[in-house]
Amino acid sequence: MLEVPATLFLLLSGVLFVVGAIGVITRRNGIVVFMCIELMLNAANLAFVSSTRLTQGLEGMVFVFFVMAVAAAEAAVGLAIFVMIFRLKGTINVDEINLLKG
Amino acid sequence: MDGYIWLIPSFPAVGFILNGLLGKRLPRHFVSFVGCLSVLASFIVSLAFLLELLKLPPEARILEGDVFEWIVSGEFSTAVGFRIDPLSIVMCLVVSGVGFLIHVYSVGYMHDDPGYPRYFTYLNLFVFMMLTLVTANNVLLMFVGWEGVGLCSYLLIGFWYEKDSASNAGKKAFIVNRIGDYGFLLGIFLLFVTLGLRGVWTLNFAEIERHRELLTAQAPLITLLFFIGATGKSAQIPLYVWLPDAMEGPTPVSALIHAATMVTAGVYMIARLHFLYDMAPQTMYVVALIGVLTAIFAASIGFAQYDIKRVLAYSTISQLGYMFTGVGVGAYAAGVFHLMTHAFFKALLFLGAGSVMHALAGELDMRKMGGLRRYLPTTYWTFFVACLAIAGIPGFSGFLSKDEILWRAFSSPHGGLFIYCVGLVTAGMTAFYMFRLLFNTFHGGERLDPHVRHHIHESPKVMTVPLVVLAVLSVVGGYVGVPHVLGGEARFERFLEPVFGSAETEARSTSLELSLMALSVVVALLGIYIAYRYYVAKPELARSFVERHERLFATVHNKYYVDELYGFLFVRRLLQLGAFLKRFIDEALIDGIVNGIGYFLRGIGGLIRFLQSGYVQAYAFSIVVGAIVVIGYLLIRVIP
Repeated sequence: MLEVPATLFLLLSGVLFVVGAIGVITRRNGIVVFMCIELMLNAANLAFVSSTRLTQGLEGMVFVFFVMAVAAAEAAVGLAIFVMIFRLKGTINVDEINLLKG
Repeated sequence: MDGYIWLIPSFPAVGFILNGLLGKRLPRHFVSFVGCLSVLASFIVSLAFLLELLKLPPEARILEGDVFEWIVSGEFSTAVGFRIDPLSIVMCLVVSGVGFLIHVYSVGYMHDDPGYPRYFTYLNLFVFMMLTLVTANNVLLMFVGWEGVGLCSYLLIGFWYEKDSASNAGKKAFIVNRIGDYGFLLGIFLLFVTLGLRGVWTLNFAEIERHRELLTAQAPLITLLFFIGATGKSAQIPLYVWLPDAMEGPTPVSALIHAATMVTAGVYMIARLHFLYDMAPQTMYVVALIGVLTAIFAASIGFAQYDIKRVLAYSTISQLGYMFTGVGVGAYAAGVFHLMTHAFFKALLFLGAGSVMHALAGELDMRKMGGLRRYLPTTYWTFFVACLAIAGIPGFSGFLSKDEILWRAFSSPHGGLFIYCVGLVTAGMTAFYMFRLLFNTFHGGERLDPHVRHHIHESPKVMTVPLVVLAVLSVVGGYVGVPHVLGGEARFERFLEPVFGSAETEARSTSLELSLMALSVVVALLGIYIAYRYYVAKPELARSFVERHERLFATVHNKYYVDELYGFLFVRRLLQLGAFLKRFIDEALIDGIVNGIGYFLRGIGGLIRFLQSGYVQAYAFSIVVGAIVVIGYLLIRVIP
């Protein structure tokens, strides 16, 4: 079977991460920003898994489970926050929300 | 038994804590019970110590015990320790005995007051502090008591704090006392340093006495500073002005604190440190002179007051002057003797005045009294006894103690003809103004307000019984000190000899002493006769005298305008200084610094505030940029 080199996985993970980061910075819709954050987290997961493949260890796998659990929890809390913000401001466009302005 | 002296002050302390913490939630009976019994317990313990002392040979009559180490610093250490000797046991008995009677009287007098538990709390605290003052075995603990009684005095003068005049009088008393206390404190410092520099780090009375020759050079200054403290606490010229105003407090307070006990603390202090005063004849002369001048000055103001409590206040100042004359001429025992008898009859006078006020719904002006002896027989008779005692009529306690002072003022090497003469004239004046008060209040025609008239009644038993007990004491209290010349044994003086040393240094001339005694009796009777003539026989004489000498009368009635003078010289200046300091130092300088720091920091904050835009994406962008910069740096600089 054709062996895909690990560096390709890492490259893919880097691309996904950058796409996610750009999304977080540029998109206005809060939900999309959120999805981009998920994308970044999954990029990190991919990096963990592929580096584990390189080193034949287990630590990366374990981390992936942690990250997935945290991501799920974070999605729940984050969506709840957006619901509240929507009720308060009538919008979830992140460039219209500056409640923490100094 | 040495280890149990602390019991004497601790009973009222327990009463203070109980009444202070629980008094509001408990019934009044409980408060009265705790308040009175705690003082009675102190009195009983003091009696036990008296019996203990009497069992010992005279020269061994000092019981001393430290309870715990209080302040330790290098070689210096001072303890919370107590000392019982003939002097302090006399003070303990007077304070707790008279204090107990006044507590009982207060149960009746303060009966309807909403601040009843607070009153007894303060009163117990006062007795605690006063007993600490008189039983302390070192200067520092004595100072604690000294300040403590000052605090209680302030609290009780301003007891009815919703009245402006009362709270002002409290403040005045406190501030004037602080001036004196400042002198006291400087005296302690000087004493401490002078002894310390010679290798004796101590403030214990017995230790100081043992090393007193080290203090020879400094004694005049130290004693003078201590005397300044005494002029504040014991209301002598020039710091006497607070005592008449202190009459704003409840009358039993005036009786206990501002007549019988606290104000005599200065006399006690001089008697306690008599070994220092003996080394400073200059200070002794100052003490005697101030004392006798205060006596005559205050007595003259007493002539022209209409408020019965104010007359008594000036009389107290005047009698305190006598005590200082006594200790000032070296007759410590006579001074303390007068302190004791004065505590009896002056407490009685004040309680009698309180009884009159109680009957007349708080009326104090003797122009609106007259003829009260029909309505208040017990009050009248006890008041009469007290007047005879203070006037110095033979057979009453005041006669013996006052004459002892006058005789010693005449015969002692510290005294002199001048001091004696002023003292003698004051004796006549005392008799005059006391009987003026008596006649105006209890004799003559009734000048009562009609609405007071039907309300009038003799006080309840709980108030009259202490009056009777004090009246008995005012008579027999003097018999412990009948001098040799009248066939007595001067037991009181003999009892105090272990403290003050033998008083019989000079041979007494019996005939001279007897004739001086007769002279002072004649002067006192003359004073009473003039008062009788002016206020009972021909009241129009007094009226026409006042009309003819209107200016003079107004001056005396207004206390020689001393308050106004002090106001002009000191109070106004101090207020100006205060206003200046407030405006330029406090508001401009200190507030300027504090606010300046605030403005400065806010300014810096303003500069970087715009970074905090509140947009999540801006933050995310800066994080990304930061990450890129860090990673780029690592890639370019560190990894190769």
